[in-house]
Order: sequence, then C-alpha cells, then structure tokens
Amino acid sequence: MTTTDPSARIIARGLRTSVAALAGLAVVYVLAIGFTPVEARQGVAQKIFYLHVPSAWCALLAFSLVGIGSALYLWLQDPRLDRFAAASAEVGVAFAAVMLTTGPIWAKPIWGTWWTWDARLTLTLFLFFLFVGYLALRASLHDPAERARFSAVVGILGMLLVPFIHLSVYLFRTLHPQPIVLKPSAPSLPPEMLRTLLVSTAVFTLLYIGLVTLRYGLAMAEEAREEAGDAA
Amino acid sequence: MPETLRLALAIAGKDIRAELRSRTALLSAIVFAALVLVVFNFARDPTALSAVDLAPSVLWVTFALAAMVALNRAFTIEREHGALDGLLLAPLPRSALFAGKLLANLAFVGTVEALTLPLFVLFFNVDLRAALPGIIGVTVLATVGFVSVGTIFSAMAVRTRFAELMLPVLLLPFMVPPLIGAVQVTARLLAGRPMSEMLGWLRLLALYDVVFVTLCTMVFPAVVDE
Repeated sequence: MTTTDPSARIIARGLRTSVAALAGLAVVYVLAIGFTPVEARQGVAQKIFYLHVPSAWCALLAFSLVGIGSALYLWLQDPRLDRFAAASAEVGVAFAAVMLTTGPIWAKPIWGTWWTWDARLTLTLFLFFLFVGYLALRASLHDPAERARFSAVVGILGMLLVPFIHLSVYLFRTLHPQPIVLKPSAPSLPPEMLRTLLVSTAVFTLLYIGLVTLRYGLAMAEEAREEAGDAA
Repeated sequence: MPETLRLALAIAGKDIRAELRSRTALLSAIVFAALVLVVFNFARDPTALSAVDLAPSVLWVTFALAAMVALNRAFTIEREHGALDGLLLAPLPRSALFAGKLLANLAFVGTVEALTLPLFVLFFNVDLRAALPGIIGVTVLATVGFVSVGTIFSAMAVRTRFAELMLPVLLLPFMVPPLIGAVQVTARLLAGRPMSEMLGWLRLLALYDVVFVTLCTMVFPAVVDE
C-alpha cells in the first residue's frame, strides 16, 4: 500500500479525527466531574447524562443518515453511499450500545429499575435490533452489488418503521425525562450543565465523524483488496 | 391496472396450486401453530394468571411465529431449479410479481390463522361469539402489513446464508407496531369495550398497511433485479 492510496489517506484522516475526539472525551470527563455542579435531587448519578445524551444523539444521527444514504443509494446507485451507510450503521450500533448501557446504570438509582417499557426506551431498543439485523444481513451476503441493494432496502424500510414504533409505544405512558435542550422554550438547564452537555455532544459528534471516516476507509481498502484478489 | 391484477392473480394462483398439491408446508405451519398454543398453556401459571388475561398476547405471538414459518418458504420454492429467473424473464411488471407473491403469502398465512383461531378458542376457553367479526377485521388489517414487509425480506433472506435465521431477525422489529396494535384491539374486543377505544389503534394499523404495501411495491425491483 502506497501513500497515494486513497483509502490509506481516508483511514489516516479517520484515525486523526478519532484520536482528537478521544482526547476531547478526556476533557468532557474533567469538565463533567470537576467543573459542573452536582444535580440537587439526582446527585452524582446525573453525571452519566453527559455521556448518555450525546451517545443517544449520535446513534439517532447515525441511523437517520443510514436511512438517507440508503434512499439516495437506490436512486443514484453510487457505491460510496452504500459504503457510507454501512459505516454509519456500524458506528451507530456502537453508540446505541453505549446509550443502552448507560441508561440502565442511571435508571437503577433514579427510577429504581434497570429497565422499563417506556416509549423512548422501547423505540431505541428496537432501533438497535433493527440495525444489528442490518449488519447481520450485510455480513451474510457476498456479492457487493446485491449487498448494497438489499441493505438499502432495509435502511429505507427501517427509516419508515421508526415513526410507527414511536406512535405505537407512545400510547403507553412515558417515564423518560422530557427534552430539556431541544424544545420550543429556552433550555431549562443551568448554564454550567448546558456547557458540559454541549461540549460533550460536540466531542461525540466528532468521534462519530472520525469513526465513520475510519470505517469508510477500511471498507474501501477491503474492496480494493478483494478486487486485487479477483484479478490475480 | 386490471391487467396487473390479472397477472398478480396468476402468480398467486401458481403458488397456491403448488402448495395445495403437496400441502406439506401448510400442514407443518398449522401443526407448528397448534404446538405454540400448547406450549403457551404450560408456560402460564393457572393460579396466578387466568387464560383470558393472556389470550390476546398468546393469539398474536402464535400468529406471528406461524407467519414467520410460512413466509420462510415463500421464496425458497422460487430458488429451487432457478424458478425465480423464469418469473423475472416473464413479461410482467415487477409490481404484479410482488402483488402476486404478497397475495399468495396472505392466502397462506390467512389459512394458518383461520385454522389456528378455533384451536385457540378450544385451548384457551375464550368466548369469541360477540368479538368474532372484530377479530377477523383486525387480523386482516395487521396481517396485510407484516406479510407485505415479510414478502420483501423473504425474497432477500433466501439469498443469504442462514436464511431461516435472517428472516426473523429482520422481520421481528417490523412486526412490533402491527402486533402491539392487534393485541390492544383484541384485548378490548374480548373485554367488550366500545369501538371508540380501538379507533386510534385501527387507524395506526391501516396507516401501516398503506405505507408498507406501497413502499414494498416500490422497492421490490431492487430486491429481485440484478
């Protein structure tokens, strides 16, 4: 592999971005623990909020982009869109796993239960399953063109499934804390907490970009190698 | 449009005829559904939970599992001897092909459901007389939606390794909204609740059907065309 290889350049860029984001994550920990006040009612348990909310944001961002990438792929048939959707799904599953692990850790002391069949919890759990299925489907197909078409179909159907799962589980009473930043009125969070949350969200988004770039470059390298193998 | 419908019925007729000649898949699916009902009965503690309280969930989990078994075979039969290639070469629009496979699957799943329902009444001692028209209606509404998605996924799953495992992994998340709606409506029907309490769920089921039948017809060419 030479330095002019495009996949090597993308991998290097992805690595640099991810490392920068991980350094930023250290800053988030320091900010959250040392420079953000302890929440009056929830105590220290509330600190997990600065990891849980940004990872949830990244997971939902990742899954939305998979849906959009899939729809565009079926329209434009550009293999780059398929590679991007696959990378985004993989990184999204990782963030969703962080979200689904940090959630119960917080819920046990605050709600008194690890898990509850609340609308938002159920929705994100099914999103996680949906995209694990998406990745399983990709892994079980060999032909790249077929893999791209099939996973685009799952991506599109999945995007439309989300409002239906949301509607059907919303009719069960919801326990989850209501939005406190992205809501019509002004954020009801003390400024220090809001600052830590925003920094953390920025860091997580950067980590998402870094990991997707890395995964995209790796997929390119894999494809190049498969082609080289076929030609030999 | 009538031409598309005629072609779709021809495809569905072919599948139904093939199934009626062997009847193995149909019989296995019905026996499977009966076994699920029996297993459910022993999974329940009769002193803690009365049969009627569990009945709607039992009915719908059984329908869902039986539909899964039935859908698995929909494209397996087309894969054998390259039958799908023949279908794709035939001069018919892809939408007619999808509609035909969908109708055949609906007939198949519908038959399994129709034969499971009396067994359910028998095993769970549910009084269905008043609720029967409603139950049939909600079954049709819920089944059309998930069988439509299942038809697409079954066409994809046969091309993968572990096809029998791939279909449930892909399809179960899509079964969640129809199943939740159907269970809620069934529970209210069995309890003799007024129609107004079910309207929201029925709308959701109908909307699901419209969205996913349309969408599946649109994306079907991407699944079968090379």
